Amino acid sequence: MEVLLSLIGATLRISTPILYGALGEMIVERAGILNLGIEGTMLLSAFSGFVAAQLSGSLYVGLLAAVLTGVLLSLLMGLLTVTLGLNQHVSGLGITLFASGLALFSFRIIYGGASIPPSLDESFPQLTLFAGTPLAPVFNQYAFTYLALLLVPLIAWLLYRTSFGLRLRAVGENPEAVDTAGVNVYGMRYIALILGGILMGLGGAFLSLAQLGAFTHGIINGRGWVAIAIVIFGNWQPTKVLAGALLFGGLQALQLRLQAEGIPLPYEALLALPYLFTIVALTFSGRNASYPAALLKPYKREG
Amino acid sequence: MPILEMRGISKHFGSLIANDGIDLDVESGEIHALLGENGAGKSTLMKILYGLYQPDTGTITIDGKAVRFKSPADAIAHGIGFVSQHFALVPTFSVAENVVLGYERGARLNHDEIERTVRQTAEQHHFQIDAKALVGDLSVGQQQRVEILKALYRGCRILILDEPTAVLTPRDTAGLFDILRGLQKEGLSVIIITHKLDEVLAISQQVTVLRSGKVVGRVKTNETNAPQLARMMVGRETVQAVRNTDHRPLPNVTLEVDNLTLDNKRGVRVLNNVRLHVQAGEIVGIAGVAGNGQSELVSILTGTAVPRSGSVCVKGKPVAFGDPRECIRHRIARIPEDRLKGVIGDLSVADNLMLEQAEQFTAMGHLQHQKIVQHAKRLIEEYQIKASPHDRVRTLSGGNIQKVILARTLSPNPDLVIAAQPTRGLDVGATEYVHQKLVEQKQRGTAILLLSEDLDEILILSDRILVMYKGEIVGEFTADAVDIDQISLLMTGAANQESKDVSN
Amino acid sequence: MFRIERAPAPLWMRGLIPLIAILITFLLVSVLIISAGANPLSTFYELLINPLTRTSARWDILMMATPIILTGVAVVVAFACGYYNIGAEGQLYAGGIAAAWMGTQLDGVSPWVAIPLMLLAGFVAGMLWALLPAVLKVRLKVDEVVTTLLLNSVMLFIVSALLNGPWRDPASGWPQSPTIALAAQFPVIIPRSRVHFGFIVAIIVVLVVWWVMARTRLGLELRATGYNREAAQFLGIRVSRMTLLAALISGGIAGLAGVGEVAGIHYYLIGSISPGFGYTGIIVATLGALTAPGALLAALFIALINRGALSASRELDVPVYLSEVIQAVLLLVTLATLLLTRYRIRRKV
Repeated sequence: MEVLLSLIGATLRISTPILYGALGEMIVERAGILNLGIEGTMLLSAFSGFVAAQLSGSLYVGLLAAVLTGVLLSLLMGLLTVTLGLNQHVSGLGITLFASGLALFSFRIIYGGASIPPSLDESFPQLTLFAGTPLAPVFNQYAFTYLALLLVPLIAWLLYRTSFGLRLRAVGENPEAVDTAGVNVYGMRYIALILGGILMGLGGAFLSLAQLGAFTHGIINGRGWVAIAIVIFGNWQPTKVLAGALLFGGLQALQLRLQAEGIPLPYEALLALPYLFTIVALTFSGRNASYPAALLKPYKREG
Repeated sequence: MPILEMRGISKHFGSLIANDGIDLDVESGEIHALLGENGAGKSTLMKILYGLYQPDTGTITIDGKAVRFKSPADAIAHGIGFVSQHFALVPTFSVAENVVLGYERGARLNHDEIERTVRQTAEQHHFQIDAKALVGDLSVGQQQRVEILKALYRGCRILILDEPTAVLTPRDTAGLFDILRGLQKEGLSVIIITHKLDEVLAISQQVTVLRSGKVVGRVKTNETNAPQLARMMVGRETVQAVRNTDHRPLPNVTLEVDNLTLDNKRGVRVLNNVRLHVQAGEIVGIAGVAGNGQSELVSILTGTAVPRSGSVCVKGKPVAFGDPRECIRHRIARIPEDRLKGVIGDLSVADNLMLEQAEQFTAMGHLQHQKIVQHAKRLIEEYQIKASPHDRVRTLSGGNIQKVILARTLSPNPDLVIAAQPTRGLDVGATEYVHQKLVEQKQRGTAILLLSEDLDEILILSDRILVMYKGEIVGEFTADAVDIDQISLLMTGAANQESKDVSN
Repeated sequence: MFRIERAPAPLWMRGLIPLIAILITFLLVSVLIISAGANPLSTFYELLINPLTRTSARWDILMMATPIILTGVAVVVAFACGYYNIGAEGQLYAGGIAAAWMGTQLDGVSPWVAIPLMLLAGFVAGMLWALLPAVLKVRLKVDEVVTTLLLNSVMLFIVSALLNGPWRDPASGWPQSPTIALAAQFPVIIPRSRVHFGFIVAIIVVLVVWWVMARTRLGLELRATGYNREAAQFLGIRVSRMTLLAALISGGIAGLAGVGEVAGIHYYLIGSISPGFGYTGIIVATLGALTAPGALLAALFIALINRGALSASRELDVPVYLSEVIQAVLLLVTLATLLLTRYRIRRKV
């Protein structure tokens, strides 16, 4: 029982950055843009947050820097794909390569070739709810995790219960319908990118300012790609994206546990499962209504 | 006083004059038909009214006040609604969500509330629709109602419908007309763009007829009849001067089409038992107003569509459907409706000229560059293409692109030519050139099936003329016995109308 | 006043575009170099000129260019046919696995047999790893970008499972596969350098792909499919078959890059044989205007910058990651400047 509870706790922790990334990516894709820049955006955000926190001595300044980084890179993505209408795949990959390169470059400038990764004197603390009860191992989490969980219903509300959400979803399905209704398609796509950038920034900040309290080159380690997979797996719906993130976190937590126990299982098989699920999901989502119909298509007015 | 007055509206695109000093008056509570062939300028005029285009000259007055629309939003604010042929709907949204999109009245979106509002709007105008239903699950007819509802929700007083029945089944059409009559009773004005006479007669009170960008007639519906409208719409002065009467086909039948039937994606029958043949050395022209099944017939004959039933034989041998390679094998030259689908714009002229016979220019998989360029040079000279072999095709003018297609398809001496809209958008010189090449082919003994929305072109070139209407061949004329009057009646469906009138 | 028209740019402009892109890129990264406390001009000297002045550095460029020539050409084949293969990275590892396996089976075999077998194994493995997304694309219209990207991650798990499982070196316990047979190791082709036979393979692949794409019917039809799928189909080209073929050839060539790294550099498989050569391939292909010779030049240029970044880092203490930033910026700037080819600026009358 205790094992199970701590496993759940670990699942929530591991899921958190993925959930931020996936929610951010989901919003952007809902508006019709596949942002392959996510991997690099999360990395550079984690880095800039870390540096800002260290220089200023304030974790909140770090948080702000991470979020700002996410926004700036998203605006760059917008410039390339929304305004200039360039290929989204190549632009997104380019942003990932650029942001990763920039993070590693700046790291070297600031910290030199330090062999031990620099860490913060103080990082965001874990908040334990239900302390002293058996549930404590589950609710021994960072504020980021609680916020991420709160964001799921909030984003669902934003998407489905506000006029803004209606327009955002419409932009990803049929931009022409939005344009003829007098709403600025480009503006909506930029707003979606900015929201996505904020969330990706938070995902990066969670790793460097809370969970690790440090920065390493491999801090993101493919979590951005996982987020993209989870968006598809979660059918572009907030609650299913949450489920996907938890499934991924759960498999990862289980795998860590098995390794720690020294059980000789090819744990990689567990890790690869979500990707394979996603490919299966994608195979059937062609006929699925939730695939944003205008994904990958730059919008140009006729005439 | 009319609710809408358009005065002296002119609009040109490049050298093409789409609207030439058009006047249009619409009374309130009137259904007004805007009648004309394709390219007569109807859609342009209505897009000007909806703020999508700015007129070069002319004024628009609504309720006696001069207005200027910079965008559709301006037009909507002045009570104009527009239902285009291509619905601007989000299939994954409910009816209510689609209707309120962009005009939500508040930041929060209460689904019960918008559904109620939308239901009320619908009820107010006496038509039924499930506000909760997903638009993607609705039939085309119902989707059209959503578009109308959108316009009504935005408070429109003048509703424009662009060829609203083109996509509808007859039953849906009847339903649509009921709705429009209801709106009319409430005092709304409706402008319906159409080229279908029976609909004009069935629903409108006033008709304005356009031809080549000009108003050619303005009549009250109850003071006119189908033949009169058909003559106004299609009417020709004299094209007989250059008409082709040299009709000496060879005895052997090259193309034989039997019982072709095709349903579109929505299950509407677009071709019904089409039967025709073309003899060697003969040009058979298919006349018809756009959207009566010609495009579908072309798709089948050019290997891009598979019919529900029927057969096509070339020189007595059956042609398998849905495979362009089969057409090449049967020596069918295909001039597609959209010429940009008949070339690869980013490849060179030389490459485009050999693509269909690549095997003749290949040795062990290797392209024989020398031979390809020489072939290109020869055809460029022969077909007077203004380009060099290495130019990319997309840098060429429309006329020269068409010449590339002609050169490629006609130079191997085909048995059959399928020419669809071969001169669409071309200038006079290029048009004449295309005609000359088709006639040359005919004299060589090639069978030619010509489909064109331009009746003059059909009249000039054809040895025999078939008329297509609603997916069927409804009439046949030989060049020496052409009755233009009768053709225009058949094309527009007025012939049936007339016979009905007689029987009444 | 000037007016921008949508019309093809004059030819001289198209030739100028790579130069403009490189110029803009270097202007942009100057900011970074200055922030690193170095002089941009001397940094550019280290990056672009210095490596060319020394023999050993010149050979290093060829060695470093080898894998990215191959992944670049792999991407060229796929992209030119309109198939967005982002999976060269995974296909490279598939080739690496095959080479690591094949290499241990070839004890006592003549190199004349062993090396072709290594190449064949890598090519086939890359093709197989490219097969699933290609089939999904052709049969079910599943977007290949996401599937190929995700399979890259799956491949990393497979490599990790192999290296931590059956292939873990029993002696050292390191996650690295057994060393391949001597006969299977690519010979060094230039004395006192690390340029190996893989470079010759890469050049041959460039030549073959160039010949196929530019001079054969197959290449013409592949390109036609990439330019305009619908028209290509109308003209009787079997577009599905072309797409499948392009995807598989692309995977195979990327697999060869993996063979080169295993058989020419490491002689065993480790988890880090590629620091992202598959993604660099996308940059290489884009900069090379989706042609094989263009990709060769672009790969050499990137290898030059990579090599130059090493010396810049030694001499001027500019972080070696500068080359990654330059590559990425160059990619984005090139994409944007390619727009210029579609417009021309005219003086308004």
